[in-house]
Amino acid sequence: MNPPLLQVNGLKTYFNTPAGLSKAVDGVSFSLQPGETMAIVGESGSGKSITALSIMQLVPEPAGYIESGTISFDGQDLLDLTWEQMRSIRGRQISMIFQEPMTSLNPVFTIGYQIREAMLTHDKFKGESATSRARSLLERVGMPSPNKVLRQYPHELSGGMRQRVMIAIALANEPRLLLADEPTTALDVTIQAQILTLLRDLQRDTGMSMLLITHDLGIVSQVADKVAVMYAGQIVEQSPTNTLLSNPLHPYTQGLIASLPSRSRRGQELYTLEGVVPPPTRWPAGCRFHDRCSKRLQICDSQMPLATKYDDTRSVSCHLYPAQEMAGNQERLK
Amino acid sequence: MIGYLIRRLLYSIPILVGVCFLTFVLFYMTASPGEIARRNLSAKNPTAQQIKDWEHQHGYDKPKWKQFLDTTEGLFLLRLGRSDSVKGERVMTRIKESWFPSFEIAVLSFGAAITINLSLALVVAYFRGTYLDIYGTSLCVFMMSVTYLVYIIGGQFVFGRLLKLTPVAGFLPGWESLRFAFLPVVVAVISGMGASVRQFRTFMLDEMNQDYVRTARAKGVSEPQVLFKHVLKNAAIPVLTTSVQAIPGLFLGSILLESFFNIPGLGNYLVDAINSQDFAVVRAMVFIGALVTIVGYILTDISYALVDKRVRLE
Repeated sequence: MNPPLLQVNGLKTYFNTPAGLSKAVDGVSFSLQPGETMAIVGESGSGKSITALSIMQLVPEPAGYIESGTISFDGQDLLDLTWEQMRSIRGRQISMIFQEPMTSLNPVFTIGYQIREAMLTHDKFKGESATSRARSLLERVGMPSPNKVLRQYPHELSGGMRQRVMIAIALANEPRLLLADEPTTALDVTIQAQILTLLRDLQRDTGMSMLLITHDLGIVSQVADKVAVMYAGQIVEQSPTNTLLSNPLHPYTQGLIASLPSRSRRGQELYTLEGVVPPPTRWPAGCRFHDRCSKRLQICDSQMPLATKYDDTRSVSCHLYPAQEMAGNQERLK
Repeated sequence: MIGYLIRRLLYSIPILVGVCFLTFVLFYMTASPGEIARRNLSAKNPTAQQIKDWEHQHGYDKPKWKQFLDTTEGLFLLRLGRSDSVKGERVMTRIKESWFPSFEIAVLSFGAAITINLSLALVVAYFRGTYLDIYGTSLCVFMMSVTYLVYIIGGQFVFGRLLKLTPVAGFLPGWESLRFAFLPVVVAVISGMGASVRQFRTFMLDEMNQDYVRTARAKGVSEPQVLFKHVLKNAAIPVLTTSVQAIPGLFLGSILLESFFNIPGLGNYLVDAINSQDFAVVRAMVFIGALVTIVGYILTDISYALVDKRVRLE
């Protein structure tokens, strides 16, 4: 296997809040191959957006800080870089698009200026070539009449169009990794599908890697090669997309999938996961999911389960799958 | 845009008529033409006939509604008439003589204030959350809490008396005027600094927390560029509005400043007229004040539309 493009190890991002120390991301590890698309799925407050912001090192300061861990991109630990070195990676090697297309563009600059700025900042494209590239980027993201749009201001465009502009900005310098933080959450359902298809096509055409952050499992199946499920600041299960959807291991993942409406359960009441994600200032002891879990064991409220390999492609953090039993599983499979 | 301007100017007519009416009513509630006549007639004990003649001469013997219509019509045609005082000079002549000192001080203090306050606000906003920010903001609150008079008298004492750098008060025409304008300008800038810096800082910080700032950083834009290009241009919108609104006040001159520094400007002219119950002058100056204010607000709206493309004047 190739060396991974992105390897996050034991990432902990904490916030000092009036309510106490908030452990928003608490020991997250995953890796992403070149050209691979991975989705991070979880409820609001599970720490998935902060994970992406940590990779960019744009965690809101001074309240938030990266406590420990490594974020190795192309073999280099991003956390070792100076602000200036990191700045040359942002927008050039790693780009990010955000959840709020309505407010993410600067209202007083033209679209053309904002796309060109991304290129001029990194000196990759200059002058006329930046302008013509801005035009072709707008074409690529499916904007009608790109020449007109270049001279327009954000308020003259709809939310879906603004998100296309954000994608054009993100792609301006041909990044190797795109972080998409809930790119379709604020959009109409029909527009959501268009944007997702666009992202998937762009990813295939350019061969970049993509980290897609979402709370919507429906999106995942369309776009992602593999999925990490986040709960309470930790990844509880990692698996290839198809396997995860057909055969989820962690009770939380099982609950998430059971609460999706589906044709086979038509007419039945939809399953709901009781309770909410606890506040990140007071994670429960033991397994953080134990008080919402339907398959709770004795050990669950006292001991935190560790991430263990279930098979070659899957890993899970749950006491239902202790390491030795998994070995037995492997035996039986043989 | 043109249609908008015409509409705004039409709206201003009833406002100006209202201003004239209120001035007229307030004047008759607090004084009578007879009293003014007595004050202004040179004879120590004027006879009833003398008073009557004076009232006739100045048009105070006509019916009240006629007086109101005549004076208001005159004001709208910018025929400001003559003063009620003994000399009876033309109001327009005095305005032509007095506008420059007011204007000079106004322009200098407006320019200096906006440059200095905006720079300071940028500095404290850039160093937000540090000791510089905390102490700076505290100093602003302190400066806001000290009354205007302290700055005037303190400035006169320190610069005029102790250091003898500037004249304590007074005014001379020509280049010499800069020497006299210096202290009033410094006092005007310093007295407004606390409130302005604090307000501008808030505008900056509001903008710094916007999503587009995060987008700019994610693009790899450098911090100074984020602050001076992205944030400043957005913060310019509220800064501009609050600043342009101050222009009419500047034109009429700060009444307090001009009387303390004995500057022969419009503010001083108005104060003298109020003290001597010179209704003709008060009427004219109030009218002009209202006119300048209305023009100032229209300018604010136009400048708004120029900076913020989301605003359209229709």
